[in-house]
Amino acid sequence: MAEVVIVGGGPAGIRAASVLVEAGLRPVLVDEGRRAGGQGYRAPARNLDLDMKGLMGTEAAKYARLHGLFASLRERFDYRQGTLVWGIHEKTLHILADGIAGTMPYDALILATGATDRIMPLPGWTLPGVFTLGGAQVILKDQGCLIGNRIAFLGSSPLLLLAAFQYHKSGASIAAVVDTTPFSAKLTALRNLAASPRTLARGILYRAALRRAGIPVIEGATPLAIDGRERVEGVRIRYGRGRERFISCDAVAYGHGLKPETQLAELAGARFWFDPVFRLWLPETDADGRAGPDLYLAGDGMAIGGADAAEASGALAAHALLADRGRPSPGQEPARLRRQVGRLRRFQRGLAQAFAWPVAQAAALPDETIVCRCEAVTAGDIRAAIRAPLGPREVNRVKALTRCGMGRCQGRFCGPALQEIVAAACGEPVADVGRLRVQAPVKPIPLHAASELEQ
Amino acid sequence: MADQALDGTSKGQFVRVAARRGASLHLTVDGDPVEAVEGDSLLAVLLLNGRAVRHLEFGGEPRAGFCLMGACQDCWVWLSAGERVRACTTPAADGMAVWTDPERSGVHG
Repeated sequence: MAEVVIVGGGPAGIRAASVLVEAGLRPVLVDEGRRAGGQGYRAPARNLDLDMKGLMGTEAAKYARLHGLFASLRERFDYRQGTLVWGIHEKTLHILADGIAGTMPYDALILATGATDRIMPLPGWTLPGVFTLGGAQVILKDQGCLIGNRIAFLGSSPLLLLAAFQYHKSGASIAAVVDTTPFSAKLTALRNLAASPRTLARGILYRAALRRAGIPVIEGATPLAIDGRERVEGVRIRYGRGRERFISCDAVAYGHGLKPETQLAELAGARFWFDPVFRLWLPETDADGRAGPDLYLAGDGMAIGGADAAEASGALAAHALLADRGRPSPGQEPARLRRQVGRLRRFQRGLAQAFAWPVAQAAALPDETIVCRCEAVTAGDIRAAIRAPLGPREVNRVKALTRCGMGRCQGRFCGPALQEIVAAACGEPVADVGRLRVQAPVKPIPLHAASELEQ
Repeated sequence: MADQALDGTSKGQFVRVAARRGASLHLTVDGDPVEAVEGDSLLAVLLLNGRAVRHLEFGGEPRAGFCLMGACQDCWVWLSAGERVRACTTPAADGMAVWTDPERSGVHG
């Protein structure tokens, strides 16, 4: 049987591997992480005195089951930890492990690359002490550390209350939780999302627990700036009927929900469509995750759905791969998985409507605010390029002229904001200003590794 | 066993709230000695002991990492052989010499 490679060691990748193993295959699972589980279900280090059961809360049983599954399969597939896939060309992965570059040909590929935080720039967001919301959770699970001595949670995300609650239980001093989403929007979403309201209902319980602990939870606020010289000293917000408030803190966990990591899917040949609800370009797939010949996508790297959807969609992609190769599927029927994934992703679309990406904040960004943190490109630099005679009106042209999105992170963190700023400056719908293209390497690699691709 | 305080305060940006059992590691950051525990990431070592990781090539403003999961590349540091690593995904090792400015590491770049 042909070589089947899975990229990503989170719930989607592990479940895909388990289905393929049950079908008698021995897939390769390539994981950039050093311990399986991905970001959300990351396994803590063995020597860390961390109450993972308490931290995972209602998801503790699923977390334990996934790691149990991984351990039981460990000898039956080829697990390559600490291995970055930085390029894909003619059905060959270009990889880097412990500084050594290599190639890995495949016959069929399942990409389960997960997600990163979506970020709207804000004056002061590059100060030391500002971290992504997802990152704040990762550093707690991975290192047993909090991001600061006194922390503000800021943004718009169903994860905001969860992260704040995890920090509270870990003994953090929390200055405030500032949610740009009004509480009324959450209640409306709760009523509209009767199909799977657990995530949202949990959020409302966390909110009550935080308030009982005396932590301010401010909703429907507009963040104005993160203030500080050399490091975070506080957050300025506007809320209620135009009241301004300064919240003193030395760290900010900041985020606007999640954004799929689609770079490898693009290099592998996936096509993209603009999703007007998430306001993101997402890879085109069928319901089972087929994205092209011998190419399958699964998990949050395909469409944000959360950990349960990631597991089910990983299994679904593996079943699709087996069916396409004329091999019998083991166990669970794909029809049930398809219904489950569909329901969970519809729920996430509902959440994305309630916890809206703050489009107006992009248009209102002061000119001096940094948008591209890698290359220090400001909102004003982007607007000036567009306003110039014969200025560009397409994001890749704006990128070429301003270097916004050209730096170390390859536009992962400035890309969504760049789209909105270009659209606002051009007076065009965001879907009409183009999609930022990626190229290999999708993450920076040493020069000697890059030169091998040229050969 | 290293004796990192778990009293909820820290001289750096990060605050350690879960004890870590393991061998003590001795590293240097820009030539200054720091202690760590087996399993600590370089970023944890840097931010348990300080507020910034590096200064931006453009304008010199301080930076301290951002995504904490290997995606934003904001926490690059350099090892003595000139090797560039992401602090958030690199485990600390005994005897490591970490430089926050490539000009000061053994080999330029």
